[in-house]
Amino acid sequence: MKSQRVMSGQVRGPDTRRPAGSVDVVVIGAGHAGLSMSHMLSQRAIEHVVLERGEVANAWRTERWDSLRLLTPNWMTRLPGYGYRGEDPDGYMSAGEVVDFISAYATHTSAPVLTRTAVTRVVPDGDAYRVATDRGDWLCRAVVLATGACAKPIVPRLAESVPAGVEQLSAQAYRNPAQLAGGGVLVVGASATGLQLAQEIQNSGRPVTLAVGEHVRLPRVYRGRDIQWWMHASGVLDARIEEVDEPDRARRVPSPQLVGTPGRATLDLNVLRGEGVEVVGRLAGIRDGKAQFSGSLRNVCALADLKMNRLLDSIDEWAERNAPIAAVGPAERYAPTEVGASPRLSLALGKEVRTVIWATGFRPDYSWLHLPVFDRRGELKHDRGVVDAPGLYVLGLPYLRRRKSSFIHGAEDDVRELGAHLAAHLGDPSTGRARGPQTACLRSEDGRGAFALRSENRLD
Amino acid sequence: MTTQTKTAENGVNVAALLGAREALGEAPEAARFKWRASSEWIKGTHSRATVDGFFGLGGEQKHRQAYQFCTDHPEVFASEDKGATPVEMVLVGLAGCLTAGIAAVAQHRNIQLKSVKATLEAGMDLQGILGIDPNVRNGFDGIKVHYEIDADASAEQIAALVAQSQKRSAVFDVIANPTDVTVTTSKA
Repeated sequence: MKSQRVMSGQVRGPDTRRPAGSVDVVVIGAGHAGLSMSHMLSQRAIEHVVLERGEVANAWRTERWDSLRLLTPNWMTRLPGYGYRGEDPDGYMSAGEVVDFISAYATHTSAPVLTRTAVTRVVPDGDAYRVATDRGDWLCRAVVLATGACAKPIVPRLAESVPAGVEQLSAQAYRNPAQLAGGGVLVVGASATGLQLAQEIQNSGRPVTLAVGEHVRLPRVYRGRDIQWWMHASGVLDARIEEVDEPDRARRVPSPQLVGTPGRATLDLNVLRGEGVEVVGRLAGIRDGKAQFSGSLRNVCALADLKMNRLLDSIDEWAERNAPIAAVGPAERYAPTEVGASPRLSLALGKEVRTVIWATGFRPDYSWLHLPVFDRRGELKHDRGVVDAPGLYVLGLPYLRRRKSSFIHGAEDDVRELGAHLAAHLGDPSTGRARGPQTACLRSEDGRGAFALRSENRLD
Repeated sequence: MTTQTKTAENGVNVAALLGAREALGEAPEAARFKWRASSEWIKGTHSRATVDGFFGLGGEQKHRQAYQFCTDHPEVFASEDKGATPVEMVLVGLAGCLTAGIAAVAQHRNIQLKSVKATLEAGMDLQGILGIDPNVRNGFDGIKVHYEIDADASAEQIAALVAQSQKRSAVFDVIANPTDVTVTTSKA
């Protein structure tokens, strides 16, 4: 980059616009995906910096409920060149343990992370990008968006109709039942989040009603092995998005109804009903202070049961073909989801329900990305992570390239492929700026960028 | 299902449906339809409804011909029974919608249908519409639909067809979920 371009940032005024440096690649977000990409870039000796608004693994530190554990067993929790090193390979990491794991990875890879550096804007700057932060601007030729798929909770517009006096909370703000008023709780959403919250809130003595739309039902353990083992071993998690009939739909599939507990217990609607949770249909409306639930509960449960059984069929076929490795317990089938004789269709909010919890999903947040890369629904336009702007990449979204793309262990294959694409972009003269001494010599003006560049020398 | 080389023939143009989905995904305006019916009172509880035109694909459309439907109440209600009861028409709509969906999904999944028979039953407590008990709703207290299907498919595949059809059914949605209704009047 030319220094004038860096300097031009200063005309905007205050000290915060001071240029922090130039670098080939800025990775935004020091979670597992951003750090994995950093590792790949380091291996290719591509200079880069990882900008992190808080601390490494920030969302795991600040945006998770207390009891959350990974849905995948520890042995699966691995990043490029780094695996689980503890003594409980079949256990599931708590959020705190995930923080430790990702932090250890950052140290292990000597990742060039600048913490407490929040990106405020990404804008074009000639044929480069300017990444503005609250601690100065960076100029770069490529940007990797690794801020995660769960930056913002999705709360439906129905929330506006919830009567005043009924407290509302998103799953992102929820920490534990003690935070809630006594009395009934309506949990909206039946993914892993909704079911886990419903269970612990019900067990806290607050009667829970769970509103259930389309969902994914899975047993925790099947034929003696973790369900994730089967999906991993049989290649289900490696399925590529280009092999999927309806990629948009595949990317919207909610997380399966799973929980990671020491007892490897299954968590499904039958379990919750047994514990006293009232299961109702999708929240379809709120009128006169009453929540109205869809009459589609039976069908969404039938769809989930059918889909689970198809998966188990395919696992059984695979186990047959791969005996004796996979020959463990006998094939099993589970009781259909029970919905009761006449599921409730409405519920008075206020009297019967003091709190509504929106477990209705999450979305990424690219509000700081000032580039024409969004479709009419506001979603990022990309082809398997290659965003619709030269040198711009995204990581960690559901089914980005493979079913496992949003899993921790899914980062490796994606960053290897996208890292190769990125390297080709940097090396391509048609981008106007071949890699050469000019860019390679650039250093940050306040010294922080030099930290970034040291990463080239790290060993694997 | 075992490998099937024959293409199922259920009389559904799936290619056109998939093409429409693609095209309408790109052209959201063309996807906005308005369905219409008009109705005229004949006598007593007997009315005659007509469907003819509708709006969609960005313009006015017409059925191949106008269709008329009479509704009335049965003789046990001291009416003349000149047509189906309006609530029965709701069941007719649900059956038509779900069955059309089953055919389309079967075609898409290359499942040959041989027969598809539905029986529908809706419970209703007349204490609602007669105003005897304010806690009883006017409408159905539940709808039961049973499909008997003969097809080149397993029982699970048939169950999956019916489940997928419900998931994508407009009338199922209209019945199972609240819909805002606006009724206005004018003096002729």
